[in-house]
Amino acid sequence: MVREFKQSLLIALWFVFLTFPLMVVRVNTIENIVVWRWENILWVAIGAFLLSYCWRYMLARRRQQSKKAEEGIDTRGPLQAALDNVQLRNRAMAVLLVLAVIFPLVFDTYQTNIMVTALIFVVLGLGLNIGVGLAGLLDLGYVAFFGVGAYTYAILNANFDLGFWIVLPIGGVLGCLFGVVLGFPILRLRGDYLAIVTLGFGMIFKVVMENWETLSKGPSGIANIDRPGLFGLEMTLAQSTVYIYYIMIALVVLTIIVTNRLKNSRVGRAWIALREDEIACVAMGIDMARTKLSAYALGAFWAGMVGVLFAAKTTFINPAGFTFMQSAIILSIVVLGGMGSILGVILGAFILVLLPEYLRAFSEYRMLVFGAAMTLMMIFRPQGLISNLRQIYQYKGSKEKAAHDG
Amino acid sequence: MTDKKHKLLEVKGLTMDFGGLRAVDSVSLTVHEGEIAALIGPNGAGKTTFFNCVTGIYTPTSGDILLHPKGLATRRLNGLKPNKVTEMGLARTFQNIRLFSGMTVLENVMIGRHCRTYSGIFRSIIRNRSVREEEQEIVETSYRLLEKVGLEKFVNEFARNLPYGAQRRLEIARALATDPLLLLLDEPAAGMNPYETSELDQLICRISEEEQIAILLIEHDMKLVMKISNPIFVMEYGKKIAQGSPLEIRDNPKVIEAYLGEEVDA
Amino acid sequence: MDMEYFLELFFSGLTRGSIYALIALGYTMVYGIIQLINFAHGEIYMIGAFVALIVAGVCTIYGLSGFAILILAAAIAILYAAAYGYTLEKIAYRPLRGSPRLSPLISAIGMSIFLQNYVLLAQTPDYLPFPRLIPSFAFMDPVAHIIGSAELVILVTTLVTMVLLTLLIKKTRVGKAMRATQQDLSMARLVGINVDRVISLTFVIGSVLAAIGGVLVASYIGQVNFYIGFLAGVKAFTAAVLGGIGSIPGAVLGGLIIGWSESFAAGYFSSDYEDILTFVLLVVILIVRPAGILGKVRKQKV
Repeated sequence: MVREFKQSLLIALWFVFLTFPLMVVRVNTIENIVVWRWENILWVAIGAFLLSYCWRYMLARRRQQSKKAEEGIDTRGPLQAALDNVQLRNRAMAVLLVLAVIFPLVFDTYQTNIMVTALIFVVLGLGLNIGVGLAGLLDLGYVAFFGVGAYTYAILNANFDLGFWIVLPIGGVLGCLFGVVLGFPILRLRGDYLAIVTLGFGMIFKVVMENWETLSKGPSGIANIDRPGLFGLEMTLAQSTVYIYYIMIALVVLTIIVTNRLKNSRVGRAWIALREDEIACVAMGIDMARTKLSAYALGAFWAGMVGVLFAAKTTFINPAGFTFMQSAIILSIVVLGGMGSILGVILGAFILVLLPEYLRAFSEYRMLVFGAAMTLMMIFRPQGLISNLRQIYQYKGSKEKAAHDG
Repeated sequence: MTDKKHKLLEVKGLTMDFGGLRAVDSVSLTVHEGEIAALIGPNGAGKTTFFNCVTGIYTPTSGDILLHPKGLATRRLNGLKPNKVTEMGLARTFQNIRLFSGMTVLENVMIGRHCRTYSGIFRSIIRNRSVREEEQEIVETSYRLLEKVGLEKFVNEFARNLPYGAQRRLEIARALATDPLLLLLDEPAAGMNPYETSELDQLICRISEEEQIAILLIEHDMKLVMKISNPIFVMEYGKKIAQGSPLEIRDNPKVIEAYLGEEVDA
Repeated sequence: MDMEYFLELFFSGLTRGSIYALIALGYTMVYGIIQLINFAHGEIYMIGAFVALIVAGVCTIYGLSGFAILILAAAIAILYAAAYGYTLEKIAYRPLRGSPRLSPLISAIGMSIFLQNYVLLAQTPDYLPFPRLIPSFAFMDPVAHIIGSAELVILVTTLVTMVLLTLLIKKTRVGKAMRATQQDLSMARLVGINVDRVISLTFVIGSVLAAIGGVLVASYIGQVNFYIGFLAGVKAFTAAVLGGIGSIPGAVLGGLIIGWSESFAAGYFSSDYEDILTFVLLVVILIVRPAGILGKVRKQKV
């Protein structure tokens, strides 16, 4: 007890030292003013002291859990256990779908709009999850494919007057195509190199869009993009928002079905195996390049498609909307929700989009918290909020006694 | 007797250099159909490197690796990617176990079926009848293989939670799932207790008999090698120094010298 | 005239390159030992620059100035960068040893975002001017249009730092332990090297170098904000990969190549695409020669 207290005291002292110049002094070299914020010392000290206790407790818990897992004891929480129950899960899904359908009838345009944003991030998260969560390919420039989709619609709409529904698949295919072209040379790189190169792609996309004025109108962006049409009907802004909302719901459902089926297929298993051990994977006869490329390009496809919808929703896009921060947010959705877990990613997207939206005070600290959350998740809950649900297989076996095993 | 058998794998003058180091020096050996061949030698003799060359993980500096599937044209394996080699009919296990630890035991074996099945992305999304049938075939085959190696009770466990000996057997089941002509086992008995080892040698013999699969194994456990394999190839410092039946190997002075201090007699 | 322009670009490229090299060393040393891209390394550099700005700013506002202030600011910046680097490793990376490879990398990305926003919130989102503390040396006047005093200071400092680093690694006991750990971590542990301490020390040394780079850049370019670490970090990482990650001379070579290519590209063509030139270089290098220019191809053990 005394030892822990002393230790925490020392930690608090260390953090006071560490944060002193940045938290206490605020210097403005333009107007030559120094502000001393002495009170921050107190906050840092108290915070560090308390957090050090939490930290120790969590580390101890982590050790216990891993010991339990080794002994084969069930360490699932009650939520996880409930989700593993197929019947319960299907019912919950049905309820959620009904709630989603009636949402715009109950809430106003503003709320619906926020929901659309959340749904866009759901699809982005699920798309990125294919690469990062399933195949273990860390992509830090995912937002570029989103941008490809958005700019595809903006440019085709502005120059050729093409409608939303025609461009929607084009955006997806173009995203996918970019994924293949970019992925082809780089996918044989080791995981961490891949991360940096994809980060580069994200930045290259932004810089090219900023400078290629004739194509993208540069930093000022493209405005007055058409909203999705419905048989040429005139729609008010509110109606149009609701319409986009339903398109988005359909897109989310489609994404869930497709990714879920892929995950539990021959292709999806190969992705997961690749994530687990590349060498064993190729030794089992799996073509590494092709498998990686398919995961990467498929992720890009969803980003491209939802990019088209994003452009149609906001009616204005510019390069500043496609920065590394966006990629980082999408990545934190996947990490927070649970890599490889579809339900987890959906939950992650809602938390990360809606929390800053409804807790205005929080929105300033949003990236600070996301960053810390990424590290904390990796240390204390690498499987995410909801870990991957297990596929259940039915088998007969060669002996008759095994008939009721499944 | 041996001469009449069909040659399956023929390695001629295989050499592998790492920078200035010659890890495998002009090694030739032949494995015939139905054989359980063994590759032995002291630590660092180049046995695993030899395996890695044959299975395509390394590209050998020179030499030929030929596979003669019965009734089909001969295939040259060097320079092929590992997955192609596996498709051709060579499957392997690893010295330091490389299972997909976050997947279940059954799923590990199912991965082995990958190169013998066909459903691609689009068909997996549509999931029509033929895809579902193929999927079920994968599950059934994998389950039967687990029964064969005696792991059916672990079927839904995570691979990482298996006891050590079981992990080794799972690697064998996973390799078998690729329908190999030749199975390469890299120290399958390493770290096993005597009971597990004797179970393993029965398993290897059973695979060889029931499945008509030739086996080439690297092993340190001399008892196991002498009991089940014939022929035996001996490597030292990258070179093959002897080959022959267990009796011949046991009395070979070169082998005794190489193993000085280690127990040779069974 | 043309020759002078060339020389001017040459020296500005050399200056930039040597700073990239300083930061790249931190990446390369950490990667060499624990195979982690320390994504937050750029942030350590930024924190170094920021702390220097705060010290120098406070001093100038209270009426002190001159070269001595720069030394003081640099010393405090180095101290703090080292402390941050040490703490970062302890909190965000050490608990993840032995985890799947992506875990520490994601943790590093998280820390990078966290530190950026920490400085943003604790200080300001604006660019702050950094006091001019490097004097104009009179003896530099004849060549001032080709190479300025600030550039000279940067080059000399970098050179001295690198010589000291080389001596540290080649000649001292600590350096020997570091090299052994880089060769084979578990073996080093077996022969009694305190691997944890070596890793901590590597982070500290890397952070010190980054802070030196940070202070130099801040006083050269003349402004600082919370975001400068990100781009500099990525470029320095590219330099490390270009030269061959894990190789110390490689990091220096890579830094110089990137510095020169940026400087010449901007000088002779256009600076629109300056920031992405690095990435193009990176992609090309990784495709053509993934081990980098001076890197050794390591066979993966199977």
